[in-house]
Amino acid sequence: MSHAPLGPACAALLRRDLTLAWRRRGDIAMPVLYALIVVTLFPFSLGPEDALLQRIAGGVVLVTVLLAMLLALDAMFRSDIEDGSLEQLVLAPQPLALMLGMKILAHWLTTALPLIVIAPLLAGMLHLPTAVMPVLLLALLLATPLLSLLGAILVALTAGTRRSGMLLALMLLPLCVPVVIFAAGAIAAAQQGLPWLAPIAWLGAALALALVLAPLACAAALRIALDA
Amino acid sequence: MTASSTQAPLLLEARALSFYRQDEPVFGPLDFRLREGEVALVEGDNGSGKTTLLRILAGLLHVDEGELLWRGERWQRDAHLGDIVFLAHHLGLKADLSARENLAIAAGLYGARDNMAADGVWVDIGLSGYEDEPVRRLSAGQKKRAALARLLLLPATLWLLDEPYANLDRVGIELVNRLLEQHAARGGGALVTSHGAVSFLGGEPRRIRMHA
Amino acid sequence: MANWIPLWLHKLGSPPMFYRFAGTLRPWAMAFAVLLGATALYGGLVLAPADYQQGDAYRIIFIHVPSAWMSLFIYAVMAVASIIALVWRLKLAEVVAMESAPIGAAFTFITLVTGSLWGKPMWGTWWTWDARLTSELVLLFLYLGVIGLYHSFEDRRQGARAAAFLAIIGIINVPIVHFSVNWWNTLHQGSTVRILGPSKMSGDMLWPLLTMMGATKLYYIASLFGRVRTDLLAMESGKDWVRQIAEQEARK
Repeated sequence: MSHAPLGPACAALLRRDLTLAWRRRGDIAMPVLYALIVVTLFPFSLGPEDALLQRIAGGVVLVTVLLAMLLALDAMFRSDIEDGSLEQLVLAPQPLALMLGMKILAHWLTTALPLIVIAPLLAGMLHLPTAVMPVLLLALLLATPLLSLLGAILVALTAGTRRSGMLLALMLLPLCVPVVIFAAGAIAAAQQGLPWLAPIAWLGAALALALVLAPLACAAALRIALDA
Repeated sequence: MTASSTQAPLLLEARALSFYRQDEPVFGPLDFRLREGEVALVEGDNGSGKTTLLRILAGLLHVDEGELLWRGERWQRDAHLGDIVFLAHHLGLKADLSARENLAIAAGLYGARDNMAADGVWVDIGLSGYEDEPVRRLSAGQKKRAALARLLLLPATLWLLDEPYANLDRVGIELVNRLLEQHAARGGGALVTSHGAVSFLGGEPRRIRMHA
Repeated sequence: MANWIPLWLHKLGSPPMFYRFAGTLRPWAMAFAVLLGATALYGGLVLAPADYQQGDAYRIIFIHVPSAWMSLFIYAVMAVASIIALVWRLKLAEVVAMESAPIGAAFTFITLVTGSLWGKPMWGTWWTWDARLTSELVLLFLYLGVIGLYHSFEDRRQGARAAAFLAIIGIINVPIVHFSVNWWNTLHQGSTVRILGPSKMSGDMLWPLLTMMGATKLYYIASLFGRVRTDLLAMESGKDWVRQIAEQEARK
C-alpha cells in the first residue's frame, strides 16, 4: 500500500480542472464577452468624449474585470459539490488547503487570465494612454489573484447553501474595497505622472499574505459549510 | 461472517454514538464493532440515519456524542484520511471526463495499490470498451461501475458504501459482492447500507440496525 | 472545553442558566438605558450651549457619535463571540454573535442616517465620501453579509458557524478598509472636514455624550438578552428546561 505523494496529487488536480475548463471552453469566453459588453456601454451612457473616457478608463476596466470575476466565482466549487467530487477531495489523504489552492489557481488561470489578456483592448477602447498600460496590467496581475483567493473563502462558506450570487456579491464587497482602492490608486497615480509604486507594493504584500492564509481559511470554511 | 473472524483485531468501534440535527436526534445511541475482514450491513428505514452514520465515519460530520475508536485508539479525522474510501450517493465522477480519467485523478489523490494496474480494472468492473467515453454518456449502472472501479484501485482499509447495489443489474450486484469478499479476504472492513433485501454474499453478514 | 475557563463562565454558558440570568438582568438594563438616555438627551439638547461655529446643528453628535461607537463595539463583541463559537462550539456564543449582528447593523444604519443629516448643514450635501462615513458604509455591508449568510442556511447552527467565520474575516478587514479608505480620501480630496478634531469639547458637551454612550451600551445588553432568550427557547424547544418554562407559563 502506498499513499499518493503530494506533487503528483497537486498536478492531477490542476490538470483535471484545466481539462474540464478546456472541454467547456465556451464558458471561459463568457466573462470576457461580459467585460467587453460592459466597457462598450460606458461610451454610450457618458458620450464619446475622449478626455472624459480617458479619465475614467482605469477605474472602469478594473471594476469591469472585478464584476466579470464575480460572475464566474460562484461556479468555483458548484459542480464539485453537485457531483460529490468535493467530498472525495476533502476525504483524500492530502492537505486540503493545498488542494484548494490548486483549485483556486486553476480558477484564476481560466477566468482571470483571459480577462487580463483582453484588458489592454478594453483600456484602449476607453483611450487609456499607452504609457499607463503596464501599470494597469501590473495592478490587474496583483489584484485578480487576490480577488480569486478572497472570493474562494466566501464561495466555500456558501457551499452548504442554496445558491445565491447576490449574497456572494454582498459578502465580497467589503473585502474587495481595499483591493480596488489600491489598484485604481496606482493606475490613477500613473496617469497623473505621480509615483505609483507604493499602492502596487501594498497590493503585492496583501497578495503574499493571502497566498499563504486564504487557502487555509478556505479549507476551514469548507469544513464548516460541509458539516451538515 | 465466519467464526474465525471474531478473533481478528478490531478495526472500528462505536460506543453510544449519537447524532443530532438542530437538536433533534437523528440516531443513536448506537454501539457496534467492526473487525478486520468483516463486512457489516447497515439496515434501517428511510430517514433512520444510515447515510448520516457513514458520513460521520468518513469524517464529513462532527461526532456529537459518544466515542469512535479506530484500531482501539480515538478516531481522528485527519489521521485516517486515505484509510477510508467513501462511496456516496453522489458518485464523485466528473461528467465531462471519461471513466479512465476519473480513476486516474482518484489514484492521484488517494494513491493506488501496488499490485494493481489501472488498465486491468475495466475488465474486472465490466466496463471495458466504455472506459474512454465521457461519463455523462454512460447509463446509471455504468456510472456506478465507473465509481466502483475506485474500490479496486485505492489502497483503503475501510470501505463505506452507501447503497452500492442501487441501479445495478444482477451481474453488477454479484460484482459488488465479489469485491466485498475479496476486500474482506485481504483483511479489510466494510460497512454497506441497503434499504432493500439483497441476496448478500455466501453467508449471513453482520447486521447493524439503525433506529431513531 | 479548556480548563482555564472559570467555572462560573462555563455554567453561564449553559442555555437554561443564561436564560434565567438574562431574564433577571434585562429589565434593569432596559430601565437604566431609558433613564440614562433621557438624561443625556436633556443634557445634550437643552443644557449644553450651542456651538459657536455650527449653532444647534452639532447637537446630532449626541446620537451620531454614540451610535458610531456602538457599531464598532458590537462588531467586536460579535467577532469575539464568533471565535468562542468556532473554537469551543459553544451554542450560547453562536446565538450571541448572530443576535448581535442585527443590533449592530441598526446602529450602523443610524450612524449613516445621522451623519447624512449632519452633512446637509455642514457640507451642503446629504452624502459625501468622507473617510469615516465611507468606512461606516462598508461596515454596514459587513453586517449585512453576516446576517445574509446566517439566514441562507437551513440548519441554524451551521449557518451561525459559517456566519461566525465571516465575522472573523470581517474584523480583520475593518482596519484594512479604514486604512485604505483614509489613503484613498487623501489621494482624491486633499483636505477633509474633520468632524471630531482633537477633543476640545467643553464639559457641558462631554458629559451628555458619555452618558449617552452608557445608555446605548445598556440598551444593547437589554436588546441582546431579549433576542438571545427567544432564540434559546426556539433552539432548545425539545429540552426539559424549556418544557418546564412552558408548563409554568400555562399554569399562570
